[in-house]
Amino acid sequence: MSTSKVASMRDAVAGLVRDGDTVAIEGFTHLISFAAGHEIIRQRRRDLTLARMTPDLIYDQMIAGGVARKLIFSWLGNPGVGGLGAIRRRIETGQPARLEVEEYSHFGMVGRYTAGAANLPFFPIRSYFETDLPAANPLIREIESPYGDGKVFAVPPLRPDVTIVHAQRADAAGNTQVWGLLGCQKEAAFAADRVIVVVEELVDEAVIRADPNRTIIPGLIVDAVVVEPFGAHPSYVQGAYDRDNRFYLDWDAITRDEASLDAWLRDWVYDLDGRAAYVEKLGADRVAALRPSGTAPSGVVDYGEYR
Amino acid sequence: MSEARAAAPAGATSAVFSKSEMMIVAAARELAGQHVCFVGVGLPNIAVNLAQRTVAPDLELVYEAGVFGARPARLPLSIGDPTIVTGATAAVSMYELFSFYLQGGLVDVGFLGAAQIDRFGNINTTVIGPYDQPKVRLPGSGGACEIAINARQVFVIMRQSTRSFVERIDFRTSPGNLGGAEQAERIRREGGWLGRGPSVVITDLGIWHFGDDGEMRLDSLHPGATVDEIRATIGWEPRIAPSLATTPAPTAEELRLIRDELDPGGAYTQ
Repeated sequence: MSTSKVASMRDAVAGLVRDGDTVAIEGFTHLISFAAGHEIIRQRRRDLTLARMTPDLIYDQMIAGGVARKLIFSWLGNPGVGGLGAIRRRIETGQPARLEVEEYSHFGMVGRYTAGAANLPFFPIRSYFETDLPAANPLIREIESPYGDGKVFAVPPLRPDVTIVHAQRADAAGNTQVWGLLGCQKEAAFAADRVIVVVEELVDEAVIRADPNRTIIPGLIVDAVVVEPFGAHPSYVQGAYDRDNRFYLDWDAITRDEASLDAWLRDWVYDLDGRAAYVEKLGADRVAALRPSGTAPSGVVDYGEYR
Repeated sequence: MSEARAAAPAGATSAVFSKSEMMIVAAARELAGQHVCFVGVGLPNIAVNLAQRTVAPDLELVYEAGVFGARPARLPLSIGDPTIVTGATAAVSMYELFSFYLQGGLVDVGFLGAAQIDRFGNINTTVIGPYDQPKVRLPGSGGACEIAINARQVFVIMRQSTRSFVERIDFRTSPGNLGGAEQAERIRREGGWLGRGPSVVITDLGIWHFGDDGEMRLDSLHPGATVDEIRATIGWEPRIAPSLATTPAPTAEELRLIRDELDPGGAYTQ
C-alpha cells in the first residue's frame, strides 16, 4: 500500500522545481507538458538550465518568460514552420542576455539520458565523425575502443534535477503508462533526481497491473502526480487529442517580436491561474475539433493467470 | 506559398506541374529498389509515400520519432504526427530507433535537407556565420549527422541558390564526401561507418549524382530549367554530365496521387 503522490500543478512545481535547477520537460512532438512549463513561468523560476531534444514552443515560451540561463538541445525550431524567436534573439543578438547553449545531436541527447539513467560515466555512439560539433561542444569527445577496434564519440551523462513528463495515465503512486511515440521520457525520468508526472487520467492501481508492459515509469522514481487533462496542448496525446497545428503556425507570428510574445504570455500564462482556465479560454469548439476522427483500439492480450 | 507551374514539354502526359511536384516525383523515382527509408517532414515525406504507391511498393517508412513500418492515413504535418503511429508495425523508443535501426545498419536511405551544401555533399544546418556569434541560428543537427554516417546512402532534397550551394559551408553538421572520394572512403573504412554517404541531390532545377571523385555532377535537368540557371544558382563551377538528360515530366498518375491523395491541400506542393 503506497501513499498518494497526487498534487496540484502549483504545489508540485513549488515543491520540486528550484531556482538554478536543470529541468528536462521531454516528449518528442507527443506528450509535451505545456501545463508544467506555464506554471514554472508563473512561479517566476530563474536561472534554470533547460534540457530537451527539441526545445519546441514550450522552451521558446519559458525563455521568453525569463526562466532560463542555459539551453541543452539537439534540434532548435518550430517543426515544419520556422524558428523560435525568443531563443534565436537571445542567441543571435545576446539581448536581453546571451543564452548559453550546449548542443548535441538527437542520438547524443538520447545517449546522455541513457548514461544518466544507468549510472554510466559516458555513452558511446557512432556519430559526430568529421563534423564541427565536437569543436562547438568540447563535452563531445572522441575515444578509442578499449578492444582496439576503432574510435567512437562519447557524450557525458545528463542527470536533470527534475524531469517532467506528460502521459495518458498513472495511478496515485505514479506508476505511469504511455502509448504512441515514446520519445526519451523513460531515460530522462530514470536519469533525474526528481520526477513529476502529469496525466490525462488518474486510474486505479488495478488498471496499471492489468497491463504491465505499458508501464514506462514506475512510481518508485516519481515524486508527484498531477492530473491535468489537455495539459499537453498544443502538442498532443495519442488517442485523446490531436496536435493543434494551427497553434504551431500561429506561433510563427507571435514569436517574431518581443511585444507580441509578452502580450501572449500575459493573456495565456500570467493572467490565468492554471490549466483549467487555459482550456476554458481555448473554447469548447477548438477542443472538440482536436479530438480523433475515430477510434483505433488495440487488440486485447491475455497475460494469463498463474497461481 | 504559391509557385508558378511550369509548362511541360510537348509530349508530356500532363500540362502543368510545380517545381515542388517535380522534386517530389524525381525523389520518389530514385527510391526504386530501396527497402527501408528514414523519412523527414515536408517534401521527402510526400516523396516516400509516392514511391510506396509507385516504384517501391515494399518500402518501409522509418520516422526518427520512433516508428518503423508507418502507414500514415493522412499527410503527417509534423515529424511526430499521431497518424504515423496508428497502424504502424512498431512504435519504439528513440533509443531503440537510433541504436538498433539506424546505427545497427537497417536503414537503406536517409533523407536530409540543408541550409548550405558544398560540391562534395557536406551539409550545414547549424549556423550562418561564426558559431559563437551566428548571423543566423539554424535548427542544428537533430538526427542528421548520425543519419549521414549510418544510413547506407543519403538523398538530399533542397532548392538551389548561391546562398545554399556554396564553395565553403560555414559549419559542417553532417559529413558528405569530405574533401573528396578518396579521403571519404578511407575515413569511412577506418572508422567503421556503415554509410556510403550522399548518392543524389534533387533540386528544383535538376538531379545531381556523385562521381567517382566524390563531387556532385548534374546528370539531369528538369523540364524548363536551363544550364544558365544552374550556373546562376551555384557558388562553384559545376560539373555537368556530357550526356545531360532531361528529367521526364511527372506522369498524370504521379500528379494524381500527389494532388488527390498525398497533399490534397497543396500545403507542400503549390
